[in-house]
Amino acid sequence: MSTTILTPGPLTGTTRESHFGPLRALRLGVRRIGYETKLYFRAGDTVFFTFLFPVVLLGIFSVAFGGLGNVGANPDGSGGISQAAYYLPGMIAAGILLSGVQNLGVDIAMERGDGTLKRLAGTPLPVISYFIGKMGQVLVTSLAQVILLLLLARVAFGVALPTEPAKWLTFVWVYLLGIVTAAVLGIAISRLPRSGKSASAVIIPPLLVLQFISGVYLSFALLPEWLQNIASIFPLKWIAQGMRAALLPDSFASAEAGGSWNLPGVAIALGIWLVVGLVVCRVTFRWIRKDS
Amino acid sequence: MTSSHRGSGPAVTVDGLRKSYGSFTAVDGIGFEIARGETFALLGPNGAGKSTTVEILEGYRERSGGEVSVLGADPRHATLEWKARIGIVLQQTGESGNVTVREQLTHFAGLYPHPRDVDEVIAAVGLEQKDKTRIKSLSGGQRRRVDVALGVIGRPELLFLDEPTTGFDPEARRQFWELIRTLSREGTTIVLTTHYLDEAAQLSDRAAVIAGGRLIDIGPVHELGSAEARVPLVRWRETESSAVREQRTLEPARFVAGLVAEHGEPAELEVIRPSLEDIYLELVGAAEAEAAA
Ligand SMILES: Nc1ncnc2c1ncn2[C@@H]1O[C@H](COP(=O)(O)OP(=O)(O)O)[C@@H](O)[C@H]1O
Ligand SMILES: [Mg+2]
Repeated sequence: MSTTILTPGPLTGTTRESHFGPLRALRLGVRRIGYETKLYFRAGDTVFFTFLFPVVLLGIFSVAFGGLGNVGANPDGSGGISQAAYYLPGMIAAGILLSGVQNLGVDIAMERGDGTLKRLAGTPLPVISYFIGKMGQVLVTSLAQVILLLLLARVAFGVALPTEPAKWLTFVWVYLLGIVTAAVLGIAISRLPRSGKSASAVIIPPLLVLQFISGVYLSFALLPEWLQNIASIFPLKWIAQGMRAALLPDSFASAEAGGSWNLPGVAIALGIWLVVGLVVCRVTFRWIRKDS
Repeated sequence: MTSSHRGSGPAVTVDGLRKSYGSFTAVDGIGFEIARGETFALLGPNGAGKSTTVEILEGYRERSGGEVSVLGADPRHATLEWKARIGIVLQQTGESGNVTVREQLTHFAGLYPHPRDVDEVIAAVGLEQKDKTRIKSLSGGQRRRVDVALGVIGRPELLFLDEPTTGFDPEARRQFWELIRTLSREGTTIVLTTHYLDEAAQLSDRAAVIAGGRLIDIGPVHELGSAEARVPLVRWRETESSAVREQRTLEPARFVAGLVAEHGEPAELEVIRPSLEDIYLELVGAAEAEAAA
């Protein structure tokens, strides 16, 4: 039997206060990003249902509806944009929702259920470092997902991506505001499932409904007005709208509710959701349910 | 070294600790002190309130009453500095487990200011052959060793172990004992929850026995129980068909000699020196009988 003797060393008595300051929290947060991202790609089901799902759907929609011809074409069939180009903004919006809300909502609920959070609560890991790790993981994985979607659209389906810098500027801010809001909301709703096992069942179905009514899979303009109004309460509709503004030709703006992209509306709606999400996180996040 | 850190007072002080879950009182007025550097065992049957007590000390659960001080602080107001000085092995293993033993230990080592060497800790818990295995692919006993490794990786001054050897094979248990002795020699204060008496006897300087949320005895393991409980017992039948008789006596040989002189050779003669286990079971049995009454 190997009876390894541990090297004795000084006990932690001389630690200076500053060792536990914001810099350490940041450093640990950055380290968590690597750890979290590694774990994300090792969980086969999340890789499929949050990372690859929009990519696969974009492929299916583009191929399946390709025979219907271009969207917004002239009566003689010329002009318009391909089905792939038409679905691309919606799939990016869906990806933002999945990578942020669904991924973190399920992930953190499972970590609460399987004791991971309880274990972390017993270590000197600051809560903020944990959040930095989660946000970073969302950002890294979602960026990879968006790049994959853009590449698929461009390379496999020949979608012409915008060339105007203004369009890309819109893309960048809608994306960043969207993904940060989605990640914060994911952390906020992770409190809802009562157990880790029920996490997927509690979180995924409502998000799926949201995707159907927010103009991701079905054209938003085709939905009845009352359904549009309900969808407008939630952030996904606004992310999808912002993505359409960035990626579709401006001639498509007339098909939007109100006949314009309404980018200020996108910014305000997402901004409100971001603040609400931050407040909910701040008020409700606990490492553990005490006494459980 | 500032006094707020490595103070000279006890590592743990508990006074009149109470904890209720709804109307059920799980811990009912427990008090004890643990000196710095001491290895202290909490013994008791399932449901006695051991985990509740330990998790209050770790800052995981709120208490309903009483005073608690751990490394000079109230665990209700745990700071990161305070957490860096304690190590925790919970009763429940909890792990998503998509990470290897070495990755997990390396990551957790990074959370502490003065961690131990990852290789040394892996070797000390005997997982050298498994260091590149994902935790979810380990056996229950091996996962438990990962828990222990994670508990000590931060070089804690105070280590809590809640039934740490559940699922260990005999060799793993010996190896664990060796690790605990090493940590103890280095000056680590250790609070060990167990229902294995031999473990408490092997490792601890003192033990507290709790049952039904009450402290029923405390002291060096070999002095637990009343003096009466440690008195040897002589058991015999006067004839093959008569009832079993028992007598406690400090002089069993003289007593048996008297028996023989009086009745001739007794049937089924036994002289029993109560084992630690007998004493413990009697203690707990008596406490439970009292609680039921
Ligand atoms: N979260 C809880 N809610 C309600 N009852 C609890 C809870 N945790 C423990 N108990 C009860 O408190 C008693 C003591 O439990 P515990 O401290 O886990 O005992 P031990 O660790 O000694 O086996 C048991 O009867 C248990 O059922
Ligand atoms: Mg217990």
